[in-house]
Amino acid sequence: MMLTPELFIQHFFNALALGSLYGLIAIGYTMVYGILRLINFAHGDIFMLGAYFVFFSTIAFMPAWLAALLVAIALLIMFTTFRDKSKATPAWYWGAQALLLGLAGYYGFISPVEFQPPWVLAVFFAIAVTSACGIVVDRVAYQPLRDAPRISALISAIGISFLIENLGVVVFSGLPRAVRQPDMLVKPIIANISAITGNADSVVRISPMALIVPSVSLLLVSGLLWIIYRTKPGLAMRSISKDIETTRLMGVSVNKVIALTFALGSALAAASGIMWALRYPQIHPYMGVLPGFKAFIAAVFGGIGSIHGAMLGGLILGFIEVFITATFPALSGYRDAFAFVLLIVILLWKPTGIMGARTEEKI
Amino acid sequence: MNNSAMHRAYTLCAVVLLFAILFYAENNLDTYSIQILNLVAINAILAVSLNLIYGFTGMFSLGHAGFMAIGAYVCTVLILTPEQKESMWILEAIHPWLANLSLPFLLAVVVGGIAASLVGLIIAIPVLRLGGDYLGIATLGFAEIIRVVITNAAPFTNGSLGIKGIPQYANLWCNYGWLVVTVYVIVRLLRSNVGNVFKAIRDDEIAARTMGVNTFYYRVLSFCVGAFFAGVGGALTAALISTIDPKMFTFMLTFNILMIVVAGGLGSITGSIVGSIIITFMLEWLRIVENPISLGDFEIPGIPGMRMVIFSVMLMCIILFRREGLLGMREFSWDALARFVKNPVRFFSRASRSTSGASGK
Amino acid sequence: MSFKKLLAATGMLLCMGIAAQAAEPIKIGVYLPLTGQNAFGGQLELEGVQLAHKEMSQVLGRPVELVIVDNKSDKVEAANAVTRLTAKDKVTGIIGTYGSSLAMSGGEVAEKAKTPVIATSATNPLVTKDKKYYFRACFIDPYQGAGAATYVMQNLGFKRAAVLKDVANDYAVGLANFFASSFKKQGGEIVVNLNYNSGDQDFTPQLTQIISQKPDVLFIPAYFAEGAIIMKQARELGATFRIIGGDAMDNPETVKIGGQAVEGFLHTTFPYDMSMPNMNPAAKKFTENWKVAFPGKDPNVNAALGYTSYMMFMEAIKKANSTDREAVTKALAELKDFPAVTGTLTINATHDAEMPIGIIEIKDGKRVYKGEITPKM
Repeated sequence: MMLTPELFIQHFFNALALGSLYGLIAIGYTMVYGILRLINFAHGDIFMLGAYFVFFSTIAFMPAWLAALLVAIALLIMFTTFRDKSKATPAWYWGAQALLLGLAGYYGFISPVEFQPPWVLAVFFAIAVTSACGIVVDRVAYQPLRDAPRISALISAIGISFLIENLGVVVFSGLPRAVRQPDMLVKPIIANISAITGNADSVVRISPMALIVPSVSLLLVSGLLWIIYRTKPGLAMRSISKDIETTRLMGVSVNKVIALTFALGSALAAASGIMWALRYPQIHPYMGVLPGFKAFIAAVFGGIGSIHGAMLGGLILGFIEVFITATFPALSGYRDAFAFVLLIVILLWKPTGIMGARTEEKI
Repeated sequence: MNNSAMHRAYTLCAVVLLFAILFYAENNLDTYSIQILNLVAINAILAVSLNLIYGFTGMFSLGHAGFMAIGAYVCTVLILTPEQKESMWILEAIHPWLANLSLPFLLAVVVGGIAASLVGLIIAIPVLRLGGDYLGIATLGFAEIIRVVITNAAPFTNGSLGIKGIPQYANLWCNYGWLVVTVYVIVRLLRSNVGNVFKAIRDDEIAARTMGVNTFYYRVLSFCVGAFFAGVGGALTAALISTIDPKMFTFMLTFNILMIVVAGGLGSITGSIVGSIIITFMLEWLRIVENPISLGDFEIPGIPGMRMVIFSVMLMCIILFRREGLLGMREFSWDALARFVKNPVRFFSRASRSTSGASGK
Repeated sequence: MSFKKLLAATGMLLCMGIAAQAAEPIKIGVYLPLTGQNAFGGQLELEGVQLAHKEMSQVLGRPVELVIVDNKSDKVEAANAVTRLTAKDKVTGIIGTYGSSLAMSGGEVAEKAKTPVIATSATNPLVTKDKKYYFRACFIDPYQGAGAATYVMQNLGFKRAAVLKDVANDYAVGLANFFASSFKKQGGEIVVNLNYNSGDQDFTPQLTQIISQKPDVLFIPAYFAEGAIIMKQARELGATFRIIGGDAMDNPETVKIGGQAVEGFLHTTFPYDMSMPNMNPAAKKFTENWKVAFPGKDPNVNAALGYTSYMMFMEAIKKANSTDREAVTKALAELKDFPAVTGTLTINATHDAEMPIGIIEIKDGKRVYKGEITPKM
């Protein structure tokens, strides 16, 4: 089927939105793989959790005591993980914990109030709680297997992924839920492109999300790159990815850095889960599986371990999916296979991906 | 009579005993229990075949559901009558090549296995160059591609409508017969020199290659034999459940089999069989947690989905706390049984020592 | 003497007690997808069955007991569930299930066990094809697909239609096919026919393609959650054509997810809706009882079908005056003019429930029952 310029531009923006979402999820995979050589199968499910937490705090009227309790638990998890044991616990920390638990108790037993924060606050709430979930996943499923064969950790990853999905079915129920999109995100931007086509009434309609998603992704990726290349924990991360044993000998508390990696990766997953839910406003416990797989493929394609590569891989995958479906409508039923074909092609042609570093491990 | 001949006689007796038990079961148990027994046999076939690929040759493959799908579809298309095919392919007519093709069931199962094995060969040649988790992901990708192709190739597979009314040839005798065949073939293979090469590749591929072994050839061989029995398992599943469609053969299915293998013990045929008995029964038994439980006047409502949560938690516990699985790499043998009968206490203390040695790998 | 009398009296009382106990419950099995991808439908239908059970918990003077089994939207589990219900629980009949592929898998087992089953909303013709023991409380896909085509053609006067379907879903593939063939037979043209796969959430490439072909109407035989997203994305991309769907779109969530985008959306469904005018007495009763049992939740057509399935069994057991599976099966096959929630219901030769097709339009965020249509096949 021939693509008119109009159609091409329309498809371009569709692909941009999809691709940058894949890219954002792919970064989480690539970070963990770069450091631990582990495919974090649960990443797609963390993504799902992020979407659910926003859903519950903005639409489903989570009781305030539950929200306070969740935040308290999240704070506790982060604090116990990242605490510098040589220093005394600051008083403000226990103060914050006491305040939150007090709030939880107050709202839980005395005054039933619903937690319905403004959007921005809800997003921060979701990201914080989801990061804590990421740390818990690492602690429960991966840390005990740090010295085990890599495949054991991978099986554990698959196991924890199924556990989160099934737990999601029990806690959230298997019913898909509708996410309410703020109006400004729904109204398409209508752009006249007569300058390009020469046809006076040729327009393209761009969903605001198609512009917001890439911009937010760019922002988050820059932040992440700053952490990795300009801060001390980032230095430790890079060092672990080169040689975990030596890094340990240098006095770096490896588990803490890995936990930080999971926290950051999960925060990104939460952010992409939220944006995914805003673009495709329906969430269910299995929503993370397919985007998760595809994002992982994007990470491999871009060169696993490379942040730029993951973003690029995600974009390329998005463009491939959209443009093959657009130019060969007869293949639209095979769309989900494109990603897997791409994976196999890249694994055979250049297993390190388009931006990956060479590694010795070949067999 | 020397020792090995005696053991062979024992084994024969055990097989006869197994079939005697089946004879009893067939005449005395209800269909529900028989269905579970059938699932045990099929799961055992699948687990043993995956164990050959992963546990004995060290290739982490997540493609079992794809091979099962091929076995199931090929076998099904061959055993349906032309009339059934005509009435079932309601949206797109069946491809003329297949319309009148028909084979007896046993042969159809073998052809299903061979087809799976051939596809395994085609996949193996490119993919087996990879190792570790990359291999796992690539085989998973192939399984998904197979599923998507089956979904779209309606003239051959009836697409997403699936196929129903498959004659239920897979009775107890057939399933357990195939289980015996599978175990026999794979045990013979592993006890031969080929088996030693497999294990050498698993333990250290580079060392094996330096010894002059064509490791690629042996990896492909192991992969294809495993794929063959996965195809057989798929064919038997189709003939047991009597309906198939592409959605049956998802990653979930591979995961269940992988869990049986891991729970039973990587590199232990006995473990895979014990694992499939335990996990198949446990999955059935766990249904009670989803049913309402009444304690007098007080009724606890069943929680839908709880069963899979408990199942996942149990499996996580196995992976985290008993990574080598229930049996580790140990196998059943008549000698071990004799030692056990003579002195159970000493048997277990020795056994635990040998496992701790094995898990240090 | 008096002691003996007392003893006799006690004995009699005991006997009566035993007799009362002897009124063994009649077991009706229910196998529905309560978890997994079809859980939303299964849970609604279960609520309908439970409501009916609450309303009529006795038949032939014996209590009725529901044995509920989750088939987890999985075919193997569905077969297991029916095996369990027939062999272990020895039920008189079985209700289920939502999802045709699950029903087909369970149907093979039920047929062997000679146990009557009523499918709540399995609309694929293969479910009851050549089956003696499988019935359904709903109509079939060819009928529904033709109904949608007839409505588009006759009532809306559209000639150019597009189809977007989930190629991995048997319901969608079947319905799309029957819609297309009926539409063509009536002189219409299918301008474009595109696919997607279950689990996809991005339909923009397909929709952009469809929009460029300028059809009058788009047929989407999707489940509600996917369908609502398709409509949303279509409207965002500037689609102006009408959109029509099947019974799986009949869910309050459609409007919740789709919001503004589902305005003017049409779908075929079973002839029950809480907004329908001139409700029959059975439907009225169902609606009222539902509102008492589930305040804050609208009665829906899935629940109505679950409810109807249970009532059909009660009617058949009453007619057969026995709980013998064969007798109940015979009574079900002869069920005629049964006053059900979905209208006067008759089981036809292929064991489908004959009823007209309801058409619903979404107007101002509300479902409006547009009336009924009898399709041209």
